[in-house]
Amino acid sequence: MSEASPAKAYALHLGVIALLLALSFVLPGYYHGLLARIMVLAVFAMGYNMLFGYAGLLSLGHAMFFGAGLYGAGLAIIQLGWSVPAAFAAGLGCGVVVSLIIGLLALRTTGVAFMIVTMMFAQVFYLLILYFATWTGGDQGQVVPQPARVLEFGATSLDLTNPTVRYMSALALFTIVLLITLAIVRSRYGRVLVAIRENEERTKMLGYDTFSNKLMAVVVSGAICAASGAAYALLFGYVGSSFASVQYSILPLLWVLLGGAATTLGPLLGTLFMYYVIDVTSGYTSAYLLIVGIALILLVLFFPKGILGTIRQRWLGWLP
Amino acid sequence: MTPLLTTKGLSRSFGGLRAVDSVDFTLMPGEIRAVIGPNGAGKTTFVSLVSGRIRPTSGTIIFDGADITDLPAYARVRQGIAYTFQITSIYANLTVYANVALPVQLTLRHGHSKSAIQAAVMAALEHTGLADRAHMPAGQLSYGHQRLLEVAMGLALKPRLLILDEPTQGLADSEIDNFVELVRDIATNATVLLIEHNMPVVMQLADRITIFNAGKILAEGTPEAIRDNAAVQDAYLGTAP
Repeated sequence: MSEASPAKAYALHLGVIALLLALSFVLPGYYHGLLARIMVLAVFAMGYNMLFGYAGLLSLGHAMFFGAGLYGAGLAIIQLGWSVPAAFAAGLGCGVVVSLIIGLLALRTTGVAFMIVTMMFAQVFYLLILYFATWTGGDQGQVVPQPARVLEFGATSLDLTNPTVRYMSALALFTIVLLITLAIVRSRYGRVLVAIRENEERTKMLGYDTFSNKLMAVVVSGAICAASGAAYALLFGYVGSSFASVQYSILPLLWVLLGGAATTLGPLLGTLFMYYVIDVTSGYTSAYLLIVGIALILLVLFFPKGILGTIRQRWLGWLP
Repeated sequence: MTPLLTTKGLSRSFGGLRAVDSVDFTLMPGEIRAVIGPNGAGKTTFVSLVSGRIRPTSGTIIFDGADITDLPAYARVRQGIAYTFQITSIYANLTVYANVALPVQLTLRHGHSKSAIQAAVMAALEHTGLADRAHMPAGQLSYGHQRLLEVAMGLALKPRLLILDEPTQGLADSEIDNFVELVRDIATNATVLLIEHNMPVVMQLADRITIFNAGKILAEGTPEAIRDNAAVQDAYLGTAP
């Protein structure tokens, strides 16, 4: 698949990162902020794609991992008064712990049962947030106070509420996760994940412990999604239960399907496309979700492999 | 000489059916052993128990002196038991090369450089005559070539025991001749356990033959002894009119 031309693939990815960097200097205020948000959510989609696209495991509970990062980081600041890096690490750590536990339990099932089990766990997580409203803020959510969202390096300090700093932080996270994803996909481990997706029984009989490999995929995916959630709390300053609701389990699935499952750049493209369609249509009508729905149906009918998946199939076979 | 594989009282029931019923079986290193028997005799269940795809109801399996009864399938593969599927089970969407690279990247002991993997993959493909099709999607291979790919994947595991479950099923006569040569060649480095319906193939290849009937071993012996065995003719080859 991607064996042929690694140089082309790396050039393309670096080109996309350079383009996003350049956009920071030309985009007007509103779109500048929106693109920062899209990059953070694209990280969420990339985490989802790791498990769904490459390992072939369809989870309907990823809001839980995003939420673990969001609340892990947000509450560390609000309740414990931790610094920004420590809060980010707390969010990431929560994601790893939650995904490890959920993985151990949910991977006893496959297929539809896996979808239902992950969805149920995510519902439990969501209801726990509402139940412990004293700490979490319940359905109102909580604002991460602006003075706490400052990154201190000795004498200098970076204010994450500053649009440029926020954009660059989002881009930095996006870049790191994109390059990690690319490295995993091209590694031996990535090939084993694809093998499990294509034919799990065969992979077992080639000597691979498919359970451990899938568990690893859940944890990597959960950690990436939690990183996105933690960044969201720190950069946009709001920690709310709606981010742990079932809607945020469905959204990454849609973004990935739109952009192209099992493509490294598909998650960014899908997230971008969905936001663009919503942005354009909501300008014309309040029933914009109807138009989004129709666009999705058309895409699934005519481009079942998503935008990049179709491009890879028809023209650019080397896309990773 | 210690046997490579021994089973003691190996049984597996599905509901009320005893598919494999207290089987005591011994396989010596370097042998080509054919397992034959009527449909439903428990042959595939037996090799599935050996490879670890299914768990026994009771009994023990000993491989190279160690009890492997509780080992999961993937761990048995790492010990050197390779299984090729009766129903072709390849990665249809991946290239032939990628199909073989998966077992190779597991078994390479020294270094995982790209060139080391490539050399081992091409060796397995050349052995099975698939080298010129390396970059085709495996799903586009003809059925006969898919069977060969299945064997190439088994070979790439560098097994000590290679289990072939009806490898010639659905092959043309000309392909079968090549297959017989291939299995002979493999047997110089590995022990082969072969389930096969095609009697000429069995008679050409097997050092010894084990006959299954209704979950039990009915008879065991050299091809000549089996051919002359009256009980076998009754159960399997059919009584003379």
